[in-house]
Amino acid sequence: MNEQEHPLYLDGNALAGPLGEIFTTDPTTAWRLCPSCRLPATMAQLHVYGPEPGLTARCPGCAAIALRVVTQPGYLWLQLGSGAGAFRFARPHITS
Amino acid sequence: MGSLSPGFHGKTHAFEGRLPPGQYPTESFPVLSAGPTPHIPTDRWSFTVTTEVGESRTWTWDEMMALPQEEPTVDIHCVTRWSKFDTTWRGVSLDVLLDEVETAADFVVAESFDGYTTNLPLEDVTDGKAWLAHFFDGFALSPDHGGPARLVIPHLYFWKSAKWVKGLILTPENEPGFWESAGYHDYGDPWREQRYWSD
Amino acid sequence: MPGWRRARLTERTDQTATGRTLTFEVARWPGHLPGQHVDVRLTAADGYQAVRSYSLAAPADTDRIELGVQAVPGGEVSPYLADDLPVDAEVEVKGPLGGWFVWTPEEPGPLLLIAGGSGIVPLMAMLRARLASASDAPCTLLYSVRGPDEVWYATELDSAAQHTHIRRLYTRLAPADSERPAGRVTKLDLPPAEGSRCYVCGPTGFVEHVSALLLGAGHAPDQIRTERFG
Repeated sequence: MNEQEHPLYLDGNALAGPLGEIFTTDPTTAWRLCPSCRLPATMAQLHVYGPEPGLTARCPGCAAIALRVVTQPGYLWLQLGSGAGAFRFARPHITS
Repeated sequence: MGSLSPGFHGKTHAFEGRLPPGQYPTESFPVLSAGPTPHIPTDRWSFTVTTEVGESRTWTWDEMMALPQEEPTVDIHCVTRWSKFDTTWRGVSLDVLLDEVETAADFVVAESFDGYTTNLPLEDVTDGKAWLAHFFDGFALSPDHGGPARLVIPHLYFWKSAKWVKGLILTPENEPGFWESAGYHDYGDPWREQRYWSD
Repeated sequence: MPGWRRARLTERTDQTATGRTLTFEVARWPGHLPGQHVDVRLTAADGYQAVRSYSLAAPADTDRIELGVQAVPGGEVSPYLADDLPVDAEVEVKGPLGGWFVWTPEEPGPLLLIAGGSGIVPLMAMLRARLASASDAPCTLLYSVRGPDEVWYATELDSAAQHTHIRRLYTRLAPADSERPAGRVTKLDLPPAEGSRCYVCGPTGFVEHVSALLLGAGHAPDQIRTERFG
């Protein structure tokens, strides 16, 4: 991984850091079946757009939204799927 | 604790008067994306305003281009902390489009061809504060930046200026959009630094 | 998972004109697997923070980690790490991260590593771990670079080539003694599939292109692991 000015998209490997703050195991090996096109994929294989203003992870087959992550100074927001209703998690490791 | 990453300044530098808090000026025009870039040919483009009772008015590309055009020069502010000064646009004031429908709604949801949405108070897109823009810096607006047409609402953070916009839906209630439902501020005033939900 | 740890820069090595490997000392580093990455956080005096991901270039080695940084012109973080962060100064790192784009010596079968540009970094950790393992199954590294000036780890790869199959694929400018003309990776560059586990890392366009080639050459989709950096 490395920094690019205008990446097309990254992949779900980039979710390991942000989601690692709230999951006790590495989440990027989690598997899903896309409800829109039925393509199976691990989280690491999702196409991830961002990182700003948030990470939008999409099915690599049909681009349906799998999840979105917004990291803020005190909170991490996780939205699963494309509908409304995000989970907000307190971030336990904030030291500053 | 000693200092971390000495000499790292990020891109936060002071700029007199025109720079909202926490912003840095940029000459470039960063592209932020939440998905694949849609490519909408103008002959398949249309723009629809739908009222809270389900009445609608639709413009084709040619009809929109035949409306009175304005050329605003404005400063824009992205929630990711860049600001860009004196950007020049060409497009139709949303007043012209909204004058064509009857509404008692207080809010509006802008909807894009890629499924993106963002919510705004109606009074923030009327009285000369917002445009449907199709020309930027002397050229037809590129797909990267939201072409063929996007909203330009310079007094709010730029995520409110929906790219690839296809219509406005007037709503009696405020309905959070794509980023507003995932932690970003409902209103997004850069001068009050309303970045996040709780700001 | 622990949060941010302080990491002290102990060594910076030029790999190319704009590519660097940075060695950091991280107290009580828990170790990592080849292919994993860390997130690096920089903090400005006014509290502004920036976070980027960087791959680990070497297998676990006590409290030392090696990161590969390609300076991107105009980038906010990479030029600072590549050239400005003083030796002995600290940044913060979080990791190790990622459990999918990893290879461990417990996977003994044929291994095919395909790198584009600075995508070599996590694959170098895998190659180094593979060479240190007992495996004698085929191992191939295909390394796509624009020209000879953009090769990372040139000396180490030359000596590793005595033990494993390493091929440089030049896309723009091939040296005079190269038997392959300059050009992007094609199916003719790929070794036989033979049930290899494949790891591909590079820019998004490169990874898309190589993944399609591998599928076309008969590699099983569940044996192809990819990491894009933009």
